[in-house]
Amino acid sequence: MAATNEEILAGLAEIVNEETDLPVEDVQLDKSFTEDLDIDSISMMTIVVEAETKFSVTIPDDQVKNLKTVGDAVSYIAKAQA
Amino acid sequence: MAKTVVVTGLGATTPIGGDVASSWAAALAGTSGARTLTEDWVEKYSLPVTFAARALVPAAEVLSKAEIKRNDPSVQFALVASREAFKDAGLDEAEIDHDRLGVSFATGIGGLNTLLDAWDVLREKGPRRVLPMTVPMLMPNAPSGALSLEFGARAAARTPVSACASGTEALAIAQEMIRSGKADIVIAGGCEAAIHPITMASFASMQALSRRNDDPAHASRPYDLDRDGFVMGEGAGALILESEEHAKARGAKIYAELAGTGLSADAFHITAPDAEGLGATRALRETMVDGNFEASDVVHVNAHATSTPVGDIPEGVALRAAFGSHMDNVPVSATKSQTGHLLGGAGAIEAVFTVLALHERTAPLTINLERQDPAVELDVVTSTRAIGPGVAVSNSFGFGGHNAVAAFRSV
Repeated sequence: MAATNEEILAGLAEIVNEETDLPVEDVQLDKSFTEDLDIDSISMMTIVVEAETKFSVTIPDDQVKNLKTVGDAVSYIAKAQA
Repeated sequence: MAKTVVVTGLGATTPIGGDVASSWAAALAGTSGARTLTEDWVEKYSLPVTFAARALVPAAEVLSKAEIKRNDPSVQFALVASREAFKDAGLDEAEIDHDRLGVSFATGIGGLNTLLDAWDVLREKGPRRVLPMTVPMLMPNAPSGALSLEFGARAAARTPVSACASGTEALAIAQEMIRSGKADIVIAGGCEAAIHPITMASFASMQALSRRNDDPAHASRPYDLDRDGFVMGEGAGALILESEEHAKARGAKIYAELAGTGLSADAFHITAPDAEGLGATRALRETMVDGNFEASDVVHVNAHATSTPVGDIPEGVALRAAFGSHMDNVPVSATKSQTGHLLGGAGAIEAVFTVLALHERTAPLTINLERQDPAVELDVVTSTRAIGPGVAVSNSFGFGGHNAVAAFRSV
Protein backbone atom coordinates (compact mmCIF):
# COMPACT_ATOMS: atom_id res chain seq x y z
CA MET A 1 0.00 0.00 0.00
CA ALA A 2 1.32 3.41 -0.97
CA ALA A 3 2.35 5.69 1.88
CA THR A 4 1.06 9.26 2.18
CA ASN A 5 3.47 12.17 1.76
CA GLU A 6 3.37 12.69 5.54
CA GLU A 7 4.28 9.07 6.12
CA ILE A 8 7.11 9.27 3.59
CA LEU A 9 8.48 12.41 5.27
CA ALA A 10 8.31 10.77 8.69
CA GLY A 11 9.99 7.62 7.39
CA LEU A 12 12.74 9.62 5.68
CA ALA A 13 13.28 11.68 8.82
CA GLU A 14 13.77 8.46 10.77
CA ILE A 15 16.33 7.19 8.25
CA VAL A 16 18.20 10.53 8.28
CA ASN A 17 18.17 10.57 12.08
CA GLU A 18 19.68 7.09 12.31
CA GLU A 19 22.35 7.93 9.76
CA THR A 20 23.36 11.36 11.05
CA ASP A 21 21.91 11.91 14.55
CA LEU A 22 20.02 14.98 13.20
CA PRO A 23 16.74 15.46 15.09
CA VAL A 24 13.76 14.17 13.08
CA GLU A 25 12.06 17.56 13.32
CA ASP A 26 14.95 19.13 11.36
CA VAL A 27 14.08 17.01 8.34
CA GLN A 28 11.56 19.26 6.57
CA LEU A 29 10.39 19.35 2.96
CA ASP A 30 12.26 22.56 2.09
CA LYS A 31 15.61 21.42 3.50
CA SER A 32 18.49 20.70 1.15
CA PHE A 33 20.28 17.42 1.96
CA THR A 34 23.72 18.92 1.35
CA GLU A 35 23.30 22.62 2.19
CA ASP A 36 20.98 22.44 5.21
CA LEU A 37 21.43 18.94 6.59
CA ASP A 38 25.17 18.63 5.80
CA ILE A 39 24.73 15.12 4.39
CA ASP A 40 27.71 13.84 2.41
CA SER A 41 27.50 11.67 -0.69
CA ILE A 42 28.12 8.42 1.18
CA SER A 43 25.37 9.16 3.69
CA MET A 44 23.08 10.22 0.84
CA MET A 45 23.56 6.87 -0.90
CA THR A 46 22.93 5.05 2.38
CA ILE A 47 19.72 7.03 2.88
CA VAL A 48 18.62 6.25 -0.71
CA VAL A 49 19.21 2.51 -0.30
CA GLU A 50 17.38 2.47 3.02
CA ALA A 51 14.49 4.47 1.58
CA GLU A 52 14.24 1.98 -1.30
CA THR A 53 13.89 -0.81 1.24
CA LYS A 54 11.49 1.03 3.49
CA PHE A 55 9.13 2.20 0.75
CA SER A 56 9.60 -0.70 -1.71
CA VAL A 57 10.68 1.58 -4.56
CA THR A 58 13.69 1.85 -6.85
CA ILE A 59 15.68 5.06 -7.05
CA PRO A 60 18.24 4.72 -9.87
CA ASP A 61 21.69 6.16 -9.14
CA ASP A 62 21.34 8.71 -11.96
CA GLN A 63 18.22 10.12 -10.27
CA VAL A 64 19.87 10.70 -6.90
CA LYS A 65 21.50 13.96 -8.05
CA ASN A 66 18.03 15.37 -8.71
CA LEU A 67 16.93 14.79 -5.11
CA LYS A 68 18.24 18.08 -3.80
CA THR A 69 15.71 18.67 -1.06
CA VAL A 70 13.80 16.42 1.27
CA GLY A 71 10.68 17.46 -0.66
CA ASP A 72 12.26 16.21 -3.93
CA ALA A 73 12.80 12.83 -2.31
CA VAL A 74 9.28 12.65 -0.89
CA SER A 75 7.78 13.49 -4.30
CA TYR A 76 10.00 10.97 -6.08
CA ILE A 77 9.10 8.17 -3.67
CA ALA A 78 5.37 9.04 -3.81
CA LYS A 79 5.45 8.93 -7.62
CA ALA A 80 7.47 5.73 -7.70
CA GLN A 81 4.94 4.06 -5.42
CA ALA A 82 1.95 5.09 -7.50
CA MET B 1 68.83 13.55 24.43
CA ALA B 2 65.59 11.79 23.50
CA LYS B 3 62.37 13.29 24.72
CA THR B 4 60.80 11.67 27.78
CA VAL B 5 57.32 10.26 27.11
CA VAL B 6 54.71 10.32 29.86
CA VAL B 7 51.17 9.04 30.34
CA THR B 8 48.66 11.79 31.06
CA GLY B 9 45.30 10.17 30.37
CA LEU B 10 43.67 6.75 30.53
CA GLY B 11 40.51 5.28 29.02
CA ALA B 12 39.00 1.80 28.85
CA THR B 13 35.91 -0.21 28.16
CA THR B 14 36.39 -3.83 29.15
CA PRO B 15 34.49 -7.00 30.05
CA ILE B 16 34.80 -6.02 33.73
CA GLY B 17 33.98 -2.31 33.53
CA GLY B 18 32.65 0.40 31.24
CA ASP B 19 35.43 2.84 32.11
CA VAL B 20 38.83 2.97 33.80
CA ALA B 21 37.60 3.43 37.38
CA SER B 22 35.15 0.53 37.27
CA SER B 23 37.54 -1.77 35.37
CA TRP B 24 40.34 -1.05 37.84
CA ALA B 25 38.11 -1.56 40.88
CA ALA B 26 36.99 -4.88 39.39
CA ALA B 27 40.61 -5.87 38.64
CA LEU B 28 41.56 -5.28 42.28
CA ALA B 29 38.53 -7.18 43.53
CA GLY B 30 39.01 -10.13 41.17
CA THR B 31 36.10 -10.30 38.75
CA SER B 32 35.44 -12.59 35.81
CA GLY B 33 34.04 -10.94 32.70
CA ALA B 34 33.24 -14.28 31.03
CA ARG B 35 29.59 -15.14 30.48
CA THR B 36 27.50 -17.55 28.43
CA LEU B 37 26.74 -16.07 25.01
CA THR B 38 23.05 -15.51 24.34
CA GLU B 39 23.22 -15.06 20.55
CA ASP B 40 21.18 -17.56 18.52
CA TRP B 41 24.23 -18.43 16.40
CA VAL B 42 25.79 -20.33 19.30
CA GLU B 43 23.12 -23.01 19.06
CA LYS B 44 22.52 -22.64 15.33
CA TYR B 45 26.09 -23.63 14.49
CA SER B 46 26.54 -25.95 17.50
CA LEU B 47 29.68 -24.06 18.49
CA PRO B 48 31.94 -26.09 20.77
CA VAL B 49 32.55 -22.98 22.92
CA THR B 50 29.47 -21.16 24.16
CA PHE B 51 30.86 -18.28 26.23
CA ALA B 52 33.05 -15.19 25.92
CA ALA B 53 33.85 -11.95 27.74
CA ARG B 54 31.64 -9.30 26.14
CA ALA B 55 32.23 -5.65 27.05
CA LEU B 56 30.36 -5.07 30.30
CA VAL B 57 28.76 -1.88 28.99
CA PRO B 58 27.60 -2.19 25.35
CA ALA B 59 28.80 0.69 23.17
CA ALA B 60 25.18 1.33 22.18
CA GLU B 61 24.55 2.53 25.74
CA VAL B 62 27.22 5.21 25.38
CA LEU B 63 27.29 6.32 21.72
CA SER B 64 24.61 7.89 19.51
CA LYS B 65 22.55 5.93 17.00
CA ALA B 66 24.53 7.29 14.05
CA GLU B 67 27.87 6.55 15.76
CA ILE B 68 26.77 2.95 16.20
CA LYS B 69 25.48 2.66 12.66
CA ARG B 70 28.49 4.22 10.93
CA ASN B 71 31.25 2.50 12.91
CA ASP B 72 32.32 -1.11 13.23
CA PRO B 73 31.95 -2.35 16.83
CA SER B 74 35.76 -2.25 17.22
CA VAL B 75 35.73 1.46 16.38
CA GLN B 76 32.83 2.05 18.73
CA PHE B 77 34.95 0.70 21.60
CA ALA B 78 37.93 2.78 20.44
CA LEU B 79 35.79 5.93 20.54
CA VAL B 80 34.48 5.18 24.03
CA ALA B 81 37.94 4.53 25.49
CA SER B 82 39.66 7.41 23.70
CA ARG B 83 37.07 10.00 24.70
CA GLU B 84 37.55 8.99 28.31
CA ALA B 85 41.34 9.20 27.99
CA PHE B 86 41.25 12.57 26.22
CA LYS B 87 39.00 14.02 28.90
CA ASP B 88 41.04 12.43 31.68
CA ALA B 89 44.17 14.12 30.28
CA GLY B 90 42.44 17.48 30.61
CA LEU B 91 43.05 18.26 26.94
CA ASP B 92 41.18 21.16 25.42
CA GLU B 93 40.59 20.80 21.68
CA ALA B 94 40.54 24.56 21.29
CA GLU B 95 44.01 24.94 22.78
CA ILE B 96 46.11 22.10 21.40
CA ASP B 97 48.14 22.22 18.19
CA HIS B 98 46.30 19.66 16.07
CA ASP B 99 49.22 19.34 13.63
CA ARG B 100 51.19 17.90 16.54
CA LEU B 101 48.47 15.55 17.80
CA GLY B 102 48.84 11.96 16.58
CA VAL B 103 47.06 8.63 16.79
CA SER B 104 48.55 5.15 17.10
CA PHE B 105 45.65 2.78 17.52
CA ALA B 106 45.69 -0.95 16.92
CA THR B 107 43.35 -3.78 16.17
CA GLY B 108 44.15 -7.44 15.81
CA ILE B 109 41.36 -8.45 13.48
CA GLY B 110 39.59 -5.26 12.40
CA GLY B 111 36.08 -4.94 11.04
CA LEU B 112 35.16 -8.60 10.99
CA ASN B 113 31.54 -8.09 12.02
CA THR B 114 30.99 -5.41 9.39
CA LEU B 115 32.56 -7.56 6.67
CA LEU B 116 30.55 -10.66 7.45
CA ASP B 117 27.30 -8.77 7.99
CA ALA B 118 27.78 -7.19 4.55
CA TRP B 119 28.47 -10.61 3.04
CA ASP B 120 25.16 -11.85 4.47
CA VAL B 121 23.37 -8.80 3.03
CA LEU B 122 24.96 -9.35 -0.39
CA ARG B 123 23.92 -12.99 -0.53
CA GLU B 124 20.43 -12.48 0.84
CA LYS B 125 19.44 -9.13 -0.66
CA GLY B 126 21.89 -8.34 -3.45
CA PRO B 127 24.56 -5.71 -4.08
CA ARG B 128 22.25 -2.69 -3.93
CA ARG B 129 21.73 -3.28 -0.21
CA VAL B 130 25.46 -3.37 0.60
CA LEU B 131 25.91 0.00 2.27
CA PRO B 132 28.50 2.43 0.88
CA MET B 133 30.15 2.74 4.31
CA THR B 134 31.00 -0.97 4.34
CA VAL B 135 34.64 -0.67 3.23
CA PRO B 136 35.57 2.36 5.37
CA MET B 137 33.97 0.58 8.32
CA LEU B 138 35.73 -2.75 7.90
CA MET B 139 39.26 -1.54 7.07
CA PRO B 140 41.77 -2.23 9.87
CA ASN B 141 42.76 1.44 10.02
CA ALA B 142 39.14 2.42 10.72
CA PRO B 143 39.86 2.94 14.44
CA SER B 144 42.87 5.21 13.92
CA GLY B 145 41.09 7.07 11.11
CA ALA B 146 38.00 7.59 13.22
CA LEU B 147 40.04 8.86 16.16
CA SER B 148 42.00 11.21 13.93
CA LEU B 149 38.70 12.69 12.75
CA GLU B 150 37.19 12.73 16.22
CA PHE B 151 40.00 14.70 17.83
CA GLY B 152 41.39 16.51 14.77
CA ALA B 153 44.69 14.64 15.04
CA ARG B 154 46.78 15.60 12.02
CA ALA B 155 50.37 14.64 12.87
CA ALA B 156 49.77 11.06 11.64
CA ALA B 157 47.36 8.24 12.39
CA ARG B 158 49.05 4.85 12.52
CA THR B 159 47.62 1.33 12.78
CA PRO B 160 49.88 -1.47 13.94
CA VAL B 161 48.43 -4.91 13.20
CA SER B 162 50.34 -7.72 14.93
CA ALA B 163 47.53 -9.90 16.31
CA CYS B 164 47.64 -10.03 20.10
CA ALA B 165 50.79 -7.87 20.25
CA SER B 166 49.10 -4.98 18.41
CA GLY B 167 47.98 -2.95 21.43
CA THR B 168 51.49 -2.85 22.86
CA GLU B 169 53.09 -2.21 19.48
CA ALA B 170 50.83 0.86 19.25
CA LEU B 171 52.57 2.24 22.34
CA ALA B 172 55.99 1.65 20.76
CA ILE B 173 54.95 3.55 17.65
CA ALA B 174 53.43 6.38 19.68
CA GLN B 175 56.62 6.63 21.73
CA GLU B 176 58.64 6.91 18.54
CA MET B 177 56.33 9.62 17.16
CA ILE B 178 56.90 11.70 20.29
CA ARG B 179 60.62 11.00 20.67
CA SER B 180 61.31 11.87 17.05
CA GLY B 181 59.55 15.21 17.49
CA LYS B 182 56.72 14.41 15.06
CA ALA B 183 54.01 14.83 17.71
CA ASP B 184 53.61 16.30 21.19
CA ILE B 185 50.62 14.15 22.09
CA VAL B 186 49.54 10.74 20.76
CA ILE B 187 46.28 8.93 21.43
CA ALA B 188 47.52 5.35 21.69
CA GLY B 189 45.88 2.03 22.34
CA GLY B 190 44.01 -0.84 20.82
CA CYS B 191 40.55 -2.25 20.35
CA GLU B 192 38.85 -5.47 19.36
CA ALA B 193 35.31 -6.62 18.65
CA ALA B 194 35.78 -10.03 17.06
CA ILE B 195 33.34 -12.25 18.93
CA HIS B 196 31.68 -13.91 15.94
CA PRO B 197 30.86 -17.54 15.07
CA ILE B 198 33.78 -17.55 12.59
CA THR B 199 36.42 -16.58 15.16
CA MET B 200 34.85 -18.74 17.85
CA ALA B 201 34.88 -21.72 15.48
CA SER B 202 38.42 -21.08 14.23
CA PHE B 203 40.01 -20.54 17.64
CA ALA B 204 38.11 -23.57 18.93
CA SER B 205 39.35 -25.68 16.00
CA MET B 206 42.94 -24.86 16.86
CA GLN B 207 42.19 -25.85 20.49
CA ALA B 208 43.04 -22.34 21.65
CA LEU B 209 39.78 -21.61 23.52
CA SER B 210 38.76 -22.91 26.91
CA ARG B 211 35.79 -25.29 26.70
CA ARG B 212 34.65 -24.83 30.25
CA ASN B 213 31.13 -24.11 28.97
CA ASP B 214 29.44 -25.02 32.24
CA ASP B 215 31.56 -22.59 34.25
CA PRO B 216 32.70 -19.55 32.21
CA ALA B 217 33.81 -17.54 35.26
CA HIS B 218 36.52 -20.13 36.00
CA ALA B 219 37.57 -20.72 32.39
CA SER B 220 40.35 -18.15 32.08
CA ARG B 221 42.96 -19.49 34.50
CA PRO B 222 46.49 -18.50 33.46
CA TYR B 223 49.26 -20.57 35.05
CA ASP B 224 46.79 -23.03 36.60
CA LEU B 225 47.40 -26.72 35.96
CA ASP B 226 43.78 -27.09 34.77
CA ARG B 227 43.92 -24.27 32.19
CA ASP B 228 42.56 -25.36 28.84
CA GLY B 229 42.64 -22.24 26.66
CA PHE B 230 41.81 -18.56 26.52
CA VAL B 231 38.48 -16.75 26.69
CA MET B 232 37.55 -14.37 23.84
CA GLY B 233 37.18 -10.80 25.08
CA GLU B 234 36.29 -7.46 23.53
CA GLY B 235 36.69 -3.79 24.30
CA ALA B 236 39.40 -1.14 24.08
CA GLY B 237 42.07 0.64 26.06
CA ALA B 238 43.48 4.09 25.36
CA LEU B 239 46.41 6.06 26.75
CA ILE B 240 47.29 9.68 26.15
CA LEU B 241 51.05 9.74 25.66
CA GLU B 242 52.76 13.09 25.70
CA SER B 243 56.24 14.54 25.77
CA GLU B 244 57.12 15.36 29.34
CA GLU B 245 57.92 18.95 28.48
CA HIS B 246 54.54 19.43 26.81
CA ALA B 247 52.70 17.81 29.72
CA LYS B 248 54.54 19.92 32.28
CA ALA B 249 54.05 23.13 30.32
CA ARG B 250 50.29 22.67 30.45
CA GLY B 251 50.31 21.51 34.06
CA ALA B 252 48.94 18.05 33.26
CA LYS B 253 48.82 15.29 35.85
CA ILE B 254 51.33 12.57 35.04
CA TYR B 255 50.48 8.94 35.85
CA ALA B 256 53.82 7.43 34.86
CA GLU B 257 56.59 7.59 32.31
CA LEU B 258 56.57 5.26 29.32
CA ALA B 259 60.20 4.39 29.94
CA GLY B 260 60.84 2.12 26.98
CA THR B 261 59.53 -0.41 24.54
CA GLY B 262 60.88 -3.46 22.75
CA LEU B 263 59.78 -5.36 19.66
CA SER B 264 60.96 -8.63 18.19
CA ALA B 265 59.77 -11.46 15.98
CA ASP B 266 60.19 -15.19 16.64
CA ALA B 267 60.57 -16.46 13.06
CA PHE B 268 59.74 -19.81 14.62
CA HIS B 269 56.10 -20.79 14.00
CA ILE B 270 52.99 -18.93 12.84
CA THR B 271 51.05 -19.57 16.06
CA ALA B 272 53.20 -21.46 18.57
CA PRO B 273 55.59 -19.59 20.82
CA ASP B 274 59.17 -20.76 20.80
CA ALA B 275 59.41 -22.97 23.91
CA GLU B 276 62.54 -21.23 25.15
CA GLY B 277 60.96 -17.79 24.82
CA LEU B 278 63.92 -16.46 22.85
CA GLY B 279 61.94 -13.84 20.92
CA ALA B 280 60.24 -12.59 24.07
CA THR B 281 63.59 -12.45 25.85
CA ARG B 282 65.05 -10.28 23.09
CA ALA B 283 62.08 -7.90 23.29
CA LEU B 284 62.47 -7.67 27.08
CA ARG B 285 66.21 -6.99 26.80
CA GLU B 286 65.61 -4.36 24.15
CA THR B 287 63.08 -2.70 26.46
CA MET B 288 65.66 -2.55 29.27
CA VAL B 289 68.16 -0.82 26.99
CA ASP B 290 65.54 1.47 25.47
CA GLY B 291 64.11 2.35 28.87
CA ASN B 292 67.50 2.61 30.59
CA PHE B 293 66.66 0.36 33.52
CA GLU B 294 68.14 -2.70 35.23
CA ALA B 295 66.42 -5.95 36.21
CA SER B 296 66.59 -4.83 39.84
CA ASP B 297 64.38 -1.81 39.03
CA VAL B 298 61.44 -4.02 38.01
CA VAL B 299 58.65 -4.05 40.61
CA HIS B 300 55.74 -5.57 38.66
CA VAL B 301 54.91 -7.47 35.48
CA ASN B 302 51.53 -7.64 33.75
CA ALA B 303 52.02 -10.87 31.86
CA HIS B 304 50.63 -11.81 28.46
CA ALA B 305 49.46 -15.11 30.07
CA THR B 306 46.40 -16.06 28.05
CA SER B 307 45.61 -19.35 29.83
CA THR B 308 46.58 -21.65 26.98
CA PRO B 309 48.45 -24.81 28.01
CA VAL B 310 51.47 -24.15 25.76
CA GLY B 311 51.52 -20.35 25.74
CA ASP B 312 51.85 -19.60 29.45
CA ILE B 313 55.15 -21.37 30.00
CA PRO B 314 57.72 -19.69 27.70
CA GLU B 315 56.89 -16.20 28.99
CA GLY B 316 58.09 -17.20 32.46
CA VAL B 317 61.25 -18.60 30.91
CA ALA B 318 61.79 -15.33 29.03
CA LEU B 319 61.20 -13.19 32.12
CA ARG B 320 63.79 -15.22 34.01
CA ALA B 321 66.23 -15.02 31.09
CA ALA B 322 65.89 -11.23 30.95
CA PHE B 323 65.56 -10.31 34.63
CA GLY B 324 67.36 -13.28 36.24
CA SER B 325 66.81 -14.27 39.85
CA HIS B 326 65.30 -10.85 40.53
CA MET B 327 62.07 -12.42 39.18
CA ASP B 328 61.79 -14.18 42.58
CA ASN B 329 60.84 -10.75 43.96
CA VAL B 330 58.56 -9.50 41.19
CA PRO B 331 54.77 -9.78 41.59
CA VAL B 332 53.27 -10.94 38.28
CA SER B 333 49.62 -10.30 37.42
CA ALA B 334 47.71 -12.12 34.68
CA THR B 335 44.67 -9.88 34.25
CA LYS B 336 43.36 -11.92 31.30
CA SER B 337 42.10 -14.23 34.05
CA GLN B 338 39.48 -11.51 34.59
CA THR B 339 39.04 -9.74 31.25
CA GLY B 340 39.55 -12.65 28.89
CA HIS B 341 41.75 -12.01 25.87
CA LEU B 342 41.05 -8.80 23.96
CA LEU B 343 43.48 -9.73 21.15
CA GLY B 344 44.47 -6.37 19.58
CA GLY B 345 43.01 -4.54 22.58
CA ALA B 346 44.79 -6.69 25.16
CA GLY B 347 48.10 -4.80 25.28
CA ALA B 348 46.24 -1.51 25.60
CA ILE B 349 44.05 -2.41 28.56
CA GLU B 350 46.94 -4.22 30.20
CA ALA B 351 49.04 -1.06 29.78
CA VAL B 352 46.23 0.88 31.49
CA PHE B 353 46.32 -1.65 34.35
CA THR B 354 50.13 -1.52 34.52
CA VAL B 355 50.16 2.28 34.69
CA LEU B 356 47.51 2.22 37.42
CA ALA B 357 49.40 -0.46 39.35
CA LEU B 358 52.43 1.83 39.44
CA HIS B 359 50.40 4.93 40.18
CA GLU B 360 48.37 3.27 42.94
CA ARG B 361 51.28 1.05 44.08
CA THR B 362 49.00 -2.00 43.94
CA ALA B 363 49.11 -5.01 41.65
CA PRO B 364 45.79 -6.30 40.21
CA LEU B 365 44.71 -9.88 40.82
CA THR B 366 45.11 -13.12 38.94
CA ILE B 367 41.95 -15.12 39.55
CA ASN B 368 41.28 -18.84 39.19
CA LEU B 369 44.83 -19.87 40.12
CA GLU B 370 44.26 -22.89 42.33
CA ARG B 371 47.20 -25.15 41.53
CA GLN B 372 50.10 -23.32 39.90
CA ASP B 373 51.81 -25.16 37.07
CA PRO B 374 55.30 -26.04 38.40
CA ALA B 375 56.69 -25.19 34.96
CA VAL B 376 55.84 -21.54 35.71
CA GLU B 377 58.41 -20.13 38.09
CA LEU B 378 56.75 -16.82 38.81
CA ASP B 379 55.38 -15.08 41.90
CA VAL B 380 51.79 -14.73 40.74
CA VAL B 381 49.55 -12.14 42.44
CA THR B 382 46.40 -13.81 43.74
CA SER B 383 45.60 -11.47 46.62
CA THR B 384 46.01 -7.70 46.92
CA ARG B 385 49.68 -6.85 46.84
CA ALA B 386 51.46 -3.55 47.37
CA ILE B 387 54.27 -2.76 44.94
CA GLY B 388 57.05 -0.28 45.33
CA PRO B 389 58.04 2.58 43.05
CA GLY B 390 60.10 1.52 40.05
CA VAL B 391 59.53 -0.01 36.64
CA ALA B 392 56.50 -2.12 35.63
CA VAL B 393 56.50 -4.19 32.46
CA SER B 394 53.60 -5.26 30.23
CA ASN B 395 54.11 -8.07 27.71
CA SER B 396 52.13 -8.92 24.58
CA PHE B 397 52.79 -11.70 22.10
CA GLY B 398 50.85 -12.40 18.93
CA PHE B 399 50.22 -14.98 16.23
CA GLY B 400 52.80 -14.37 13.56
CA GLY B 401 55.51 -14.51 16.22
CA HIS B 402 55.25 -10.83 17.17
CA ASN B 403 56.57 -9.81 20.58
CA ALA B 404 55.99 -6.38 22.09
CA VAL B 405 56.96 -5.09 25.52
CA ALA B 406 56.28 -1.76 27.20
CA ALA B 407 57.92 -0.61 30.43
CA PHE B 408 56.54 2.19 32.59
CA ARG B 409 58.42 4.03 35.33
CA SER B 410 56.72 5.50 38.38
CA VAL B 411 56.89 9.27 38.85
